[in-house]
Amino acid sequence: MKLFRIRGGVHPDDCKALAAEQAIVDLQMPELLHIPVQQHIGAAAKPVVQRGDSVRKGQLLAHSQGAISAPVHAPTSGRIVGIGNYPAHHPSGLLVRTITLQPDGEDRWCDDLPPPMDPFNSTPDAIAERVALSGIVGMGGATFPSSVKLNLRNRYRLEKLVINGAECEPYLTCDDRLMREHADQVIDGIRIMAHALGVTHTVIGIENNKPDAQRLLHEACARFGDIDVVGLPTRYPMGSEKHMVQTLTGLETPARALTADIGVVVHNVATAHAVHRAVRHGEPLISRVVTVSGGAIGKPANLRVLIGTPVEDLIDYCGGLTSTPERLISGGPMMGQLLPGTRVPVVKGSNGVLALTATDVGIASEMPCIRCASCVDACPCGLLPVEMAAHARAGDLDGTVRLGLTDCIACGSCSFVCPSNIPLVQYFNYAKGELASRQRAQHKQLETKRLAEQRTARMEEIKRKKREAMEKRKREMAAKKAKAAAAPAERSAQA
Amino acid sequence: MNAPLVSGPHTHQARSVSRIMALVMLALLPATLLGFYNFGWPAITLFAVTVLTAVLAEAGCLLIAGKPVRPFLLDGSALLTGWLLAMTLPPWAPWWLGVVGSLLAIVVAKQVFGGIGQNLFNPAMVARVALLIAFPLQMTTFVGPQPLSSPNAPSFLEGVAITFGDEAKLDAVSGATPLGHVRTELDRGTELTQALNGYYAPLSASLGDTSGSLGETSALLILLGGLFLLFKRVISWHIPVAMLATLGLLAAVFHGFDPTRYPGAGFHLLSGGALLGAFFIATDLVTSPVSARGQLVFGAGCGMLVYVIRTWAGYPEGVAFAVMLMNACTPLIDHYIRPRIYGRDRAGQPMVYDVQSGEKS
Repeated sequence: MKLFRIRGGVHPDDCKALAAEQAIVDLQMPELLHIPVQQHIGAAAKPVVQRGDSVRKGQLLAHSQGAISAPVHAPTSGRIVGIGNYPAHHPSGLLVRTITLQPDGEDRWCDDLPPPMDPFNSTPDAIAERVALSGIVGMGGATFPSSVKLNLRNRYRLEKLVINGAECEPYLTCDDRLMREHADQVIDGIRIMAHALGVTHTVIGIENNKPDAQRLLHEACARFGDIDVVGLPTRYPMGSEKHMVQTLTGLETPARALTADIGVVVHNVATAHAVHRAVRHGEPLISRVVTVSGGAIGKPANLRVLIGTPVEDLIDYCGGLTSTPERLISGGPMMGQLLPGTRVPVVKGSNGVLALTATDVGIASEMPCIRCASCVDACPCGLLPVEMAAHARAGDLDGTVRLGLTDCIACGSCSFVCPSNIPLVQYFNYAKGELASRQRAQHKQLETKRLAEQRTARMEEIKRKKREAMEKRKREMAAKKAKAAAAPAERSAQA
Repeated sequence: MNAPLVSGPHTHQARSVSRIMALVMLALLPATLLGFYNFGWPAITLFAVTVLTAVLAEAGCLLIAGKPVRPFLLDGSALLTGWLLAMTLPPWAPWWLGVVGSLLAIVVAKQVFGGIGQNLFNPAMVARVALLIAFPLQMTTFVGPQPLSSPNAPSFLEGVAITFGDEAKLDAVSGATPLGHVRTELDRGTELTQALNGYYAPLSASLGDTSGSLGETSALLILLGGLFLLFKRVISWHIPVAMLATLGLLAAVFHGFDPTRYPGAGFHLLSGGALLGAFFIATDLVTSPVSARGQLVFGAGCGMLVYVIRTWAGYPEGVAFAVMLMNACTPLIDHYIRPRIYGRDRAGQPMVYDVQSGEKS
């Protein structure tokens, strides 16, 4: 298959050898599970259990609210010991609403799991509904509710499903392992999604640093004519949705649009696996594969972990920390985020826990920009990071936006290549935050204005009605008077 | 652990400013060593004086500005500026030419603008142009090659003496560069073939066996260094290719038009500072445009100006002027020529596809 060139990109040392040959292992049952009700983009789920309740594995703990949301299920059987606030899986470490479950060790499935489906004799709506009820979200890290993406068929004319198996972040190998160990299940999940979307062609994009995964998936889908496994050049950010679609189809997604606008929907391989489990076995999303790696991890591994397991359990299993890590992060080193500590739970979007040493991070002090244009060459979006940063640093938000701030995908390629160690993408993230808060303030102002205007209009209306009623009464009175005045005159005329 | 709240990326490419500068210097090394060999001890002494002054001037400016001296000195940029300036000086020039040049480059052209990354013009070229205007005699007194191994080459002490003021020896051996000679002869009405006779041979121009600036004479070694920089991705191909192609094309066109007046492409490309300028001077990161298309425009402009100055202006060599004039255009080029943003057309509007595969309406 012909591939199309994309602009920019960088070649970080992939460091995947640390964990790539470690088969997926089930992590032992933790003592407590902390399950946040918000593990996805959209509205938080609403708890349906109470403290003290006994729950079974797979039982609904919190149901989704609103159009974009996802439910949360019990990863094992046990007792709900609390519904309260717990540090989030986020750099801020802010407290978020979390259901705490004490496993009873029996791991008993709940009796009313939805029955297995025959997906190819089911309607797309039924599949999408099952995916929604199973709490499946984008497992590449974006955590967008998958059912919403499956329902895009109602609004867009879709032609192609692209499966993202690029795993372009260094260190991470969880998708690689999943593809190698569960190729048939992944392919089945992909076919179910293709059926639900009503597309005729599916492409699985896998970077060329994963030849085993490419071969195994190719063998697993050889029976089906409408799926292609395509090797992608190993280049970050190949896993960026829009860039991957362009590499595979040559079509560029217009700014501010979705890939669906050009007829393509992208899902992650881990999501496909979860869809397989949900549709064929009725199992909701209660566990995921997490890569634990980095220079400060004793024995890097790929673990199947129950959602809600504290990060420290993963690290302990992997031989603990061999040295104090310079950074402890969730996700890959390019776009991952700092973890506020090891107590925080694994969530649906956690694909990696990395403990990086100072050597891994390669910190150096910031120097002045020498306009070398490395960032311009590296930017996959055709932006001028060097100029945008200058505007952002000067506090000129409008200038930054004019230069394309909203087109930045925050991949961090610019910061990665900068020989002066200037925190470019960090400036852009800051500017985006400023932009968002300004828009919120603006929205609030407009809303206030609208409400005030509405009130004035309402008051005017009331006044107008009052006035009209009064005038009407006046007219009636006048008519009556005139009539009364006319009557004697008439009488006198008759006389 | 995780003391400051930092965001990604949590890894970094092993590439720093000092590494870039070191690679450029490595690329300059062969041509420089050949210059040392061909022009002997006076050239080596001049080089040392020039580079040393550049580094000391940088340190002095940093001290006055209250900036940390060590990290900025270690980035190697001052060393490189001094080195590049020395490459473009006549090899037997007096010591003070190197000193004044380095001071001009570092103090006036670089630190006054705010130090590394802030200068509008290439410091080495500012110094060269200023010297050329202020000291035209010293800046155009060239010597023919006198390799270290030859019997009449000056000894170490004689070399030091030449650099530090013994001009008698210099007068005895001075000779014009091919560019200067051709220009003089053409101005006198001599035909080109006659003017070139004995002064230009492609082979000696490529090998460096000719009179000229300290490090500019060997086209081959400079080309080698330039290719090394391209290979190491310190520079991109856009500026050198655009500059040399434009220069070569113009030369070829005019040569075809009147071969008796206009030298051909080979002469222009191999003579003077064309190659050094294309690979090492015009590609200066700080003072060239950031976008690939901008770099093409910049390079083409340099090539054109080099040709125009060499052919019709008052100086036989125009690389320094050309690069500086284009440096002045860099902000303008960067303003008007930008890369296309993903998902947008050149005008910045979101792309539009036909409704075929678009949203269902």
